[in-house]
Amino acid sequence: MDQFLQHVLNALILGGTYALLGIGLTLIFGIMRVVNFTHGELYTFGAYMLFMFVMSMGTNFFLGLVLAIVMGVLLGALTEVVLLRPIRGADIDTTMLVMIGAWIAMQSLEQFTWSGVAKSVNSPFPVDPLVIGPVSVSWGRIFVFAVAILLIVGSHALIHRTRLGKAMRATFQDRETAALMGVKINQIYTATFALGSGLAAAAGALLAPVFVVYPTMGDAAALKSFAIVILGGLGNFWGAAMGGFILAIVEEFGAGYISSGYRDAMGFVLIILVLIFKPTGLFAQKERVG
Amino acid sequence: MSQPEALLRIDGLSVHFGGLVAISDMTFDVHEGEIVSLIGPNGAGKTTAFNAITGYLQPNSGQSLYRGHSLNGLKPNQIADLGVVRTFQKTSVFAGNTVFENVLIGLHRRGSQSLAGALLRLPEMRAEERQLREAATELLVFIGLDKRPDEFASALPYGEQRLLEVAVGLAAQPRLLLLDEPASGMNPSETQDFVNMVARIRARDVTILLVEHDMRVVMGVSDRVVVLNQGKIIAQGAPAVIQRDPEVIRAYLGTGASHA
Amino acid sequence: MSRYMPWLVLLIFASVPLWMQDQYFLHILITSGIFIIAAISLNLLLGYTGQLSLGHVAFFGIGAYASALGSLGFDVEIFGYILVVEPKPVWLAFMFGIVAAGLAGWFIGKISFKVRGAYFVIVTISFAEVVRLVALNWIDLTEGPMALNNIPPVTLWLPGSGETTFWRKLPNYYLVLVVAAIAFELIRRIVQSRIGRALVALRENEPLAMSVGIDVTRYLVIATIVSAAIAGAAGGLYTHYVRIVDPDIFLFIYTVTMVIMVIVGGKGTLWGPVVGGLLFGIMPEFLREVAAPEVQWIIYGVSMILIVFFLPQGIMPAVSRVWRDFRYSPSASAQTTKEGGG
Repeated sequence: MDQFLQHVLNALILGGTYALLGIGLTLIFGIMRVVNFTHGELYTFGAYMLFMFVMSMGTNFFLGLVLAIVMGVLLGALTEVVLLRPIRGADIDTTMLVMIGAWIAMQSLEQFTWSGVAKSVNSPFPVDPLVIGPVSVSWGRIFVFAVAILLIVGSHALIHRTRLGKAMRATFQDRETAALMGVKINQIYTATFALGSGLAAAAGALLAPVFVVYPTMGDAAALKSFAIVILGGLGNFWGAAMGGFILAIVEEFGAGYISSGYRDAMGFVLIILVLIFKPTGLFAQKERVG
Repeated sequence: MSQPEALLRIDGLSVHFGGLVAISDMTFDVHEGEIVSLIGPNGAGKTTAFNAITGYLQPNSGQSLYRGHSLNGLKPNQIADLGVVRTFQKTSVFAGNTVFENVLIGLHRRGSQSLAGALLRLPEMRAEERQLREAATELLVFIGLDKRPDEFASALPYGEQRLLEVAVGLAAQPRLLLLDEPASGMNPSETQDFVNMVARIRARDVTILLVEHDMRVVMGVSDRVVVLNQGKIIAQGAPAVIQRDPEVIRAYLGTGASHA
Repeated sequence: MSRYMPWLVLLIFASVPLWMQDQYFLHILITSGIFIIAAISLNLLLGYTGQLSLGHVAFFGIGAYASALGSLGFDVEIFGYILVVEPKPVWLAFMFGIVAAGLAGWFIGKISFKVRGAYFVIVTISFAEVVRLVALNWIDLTEGPMALNNIPPVTLWLPGSGETTFWRKLPNYYLVLVVAAIAFELIRRIVQSRIGRALVALRENEPLAMSVGIDVTRYLVIATIVSAAIAGAAGGLYTHYVRIVDPDIFLFIYTVTMVIMVIVGGKGTLWGPVVGGLLFGIMPEFLREVAAPEVQWIIYGVSMILIVFFLPQGIMPAVSRVWRDFRYSPSASAQTTKEGGG
């Protein structure tokens, strides 16, 4: 029972960051229909940015975190404007290839700049965990969870309570009509990609002090992001959020009770099952056509 | 003398999308050798009917019967295998292929080459290929597109693309051909040519059900006309009768209009 | 492309060992050749059938592992039963690899085609990841990260020397060349047949293809099985040449390499994967001299993006266009031309 509770707690905390990743990708995937292979790299980038600010430049941790997220947003915007906008309207292969090319280039640049040796980021939180009855959790992880929830709520507010968000939702539902109604599609796409990338970078920056930072860390994150998007349904904000938690729970319990080696496989098996039995995602209401 | 069984019987067909009723309790027959036109204002449900008959949509109730077999639940390719072929309202060709290749693809049903046959290049298969190519040429001559068989389908003028669609549909050896607005985008002389073509298609033992807006085509080719409005059939009969039917006129022109 | 081109190319490659003594370069050609076979197989699925399959390395790896295990023999416990397989002759194990890969292809074909577009991409990627993790964790069977090693090389009966074991590079080179030629020809026959037309039809316009009686699911599954089986053959060649196989063979980066080869070379063309395979098989070797590994990859990433921007159809279609323009230019002798177009 104690173990069970601990797993639940771990899953909740991990789920928060997974939710960030998933929401970021589902927005991009849903609104822009782009298979975003750079999502994992933005995750890595966020982590490296935090490392750079906090460890190399000595910035205050919390400021560094904010800066890392901002850098993620900027990189996302840059990627969209430089790489995606010129090929807008090309078929999905072309876009896919460009994204793959960008993914390769980004990961190699990271490797080149910081080398393959894993880096760690010092956390300003006390090392001793907080113990509540049978479960223990470190302050650092509580912080991660709190910020993740904050960002999720903030993104939701952005999408549902601002004009920008309204335009994004309109573009998601019907791009042509939205354009006819005066929505500047180009700007929306840049904003969407920037937002999604920023969330991925945030996830990376938040987890950097918890784990270690190395160039290929984004690959697993990217694949999990895809899994979450499928679980939740394309473009479905809360679906992705729930999907993030579900994936974390499946992984935690799968790793805990079945086998830890197959931990990363849990997500994939899950999505294959979902796609066979409920291709529109666990939460989607509208019928999706692939 | 008893009525010969209809080639196509639509029986109480209904399709709705959520709360929106697209077609409602649609019932009519098409007899072998006939040319029947399905007309009605935009949004009346004509293309939805085609989609429901040919397996692209599943009806909510009712059924389509081809030679007595229900078509419900069958996939479009299975329905084509029975001999029911449809064309599409929005121009639909294999854009990246040439005119000749388009028709050759349409002749798929006429071939039987298997994977093993393809890999081993058996003599029967090579003979079959030759026959298919001859058939493709014949069809192109029939439809009038034989002058530039190596042109890419996407490079053809709009009217000729519509003709190519019909050729591709014919290639699949239909007994019943459903044409969805085949004359749309054609200029008057092309339209007249098309009207003549329809009679020649019927002479190849093909029964035709077509959806059309162009009244010249409808009046020129149809044995019978079925009028659809807001998902319901409001009239059916000979073209001349339909033209004068007040319900029909009202549907097209709105209430309060005096008939021509 | 002219009827004699394939023979000419085959001849040229067959002659290479006669004038190129450098064993290292031969090695490069062998590994490139293996990748070319994989790229040819991927091209059927990605290029001709238009399916965004990004898990192709799974078929390659399953073929490799199955062939390795077949030739090494294995014993494994499944649900309480112990399965013992004695080492088999390499050629038999190789067949086993092809069949295993083909079966995987059938499985993927059946489940993946319930979902299309971007979802299909994700399923295929996930499948490859799951297979990798199985290879990594099912240590009883696959030795996990310790790798299967001492895999025997190919042994064939050859006229003149009897039972020959392919220890050296030369016979392996010719083996790969022969298999590549066979793969090329098989794909060519499919593509130029009624089946190939059906595949292209469903890539170009699926509703229209269905309306003329083409059973989409059936043809998608055929394409996947054939594609997977050929990839499995490439995997088998790999395993008996390199003679070590570990779960890293399933890394996504190898799928990416194959995809790059196909798309840069020209997807949906017969020679595209060959050109792409040669380019991305040999280019790294030249780059290796001048740049660090990370810089190499940056160059790939950037060159991929550039090719996509400037030659979106890939290299072969651009070459064909130039060739066609050249042949039909006004200054050339008056020949019957394809009218219009271009």
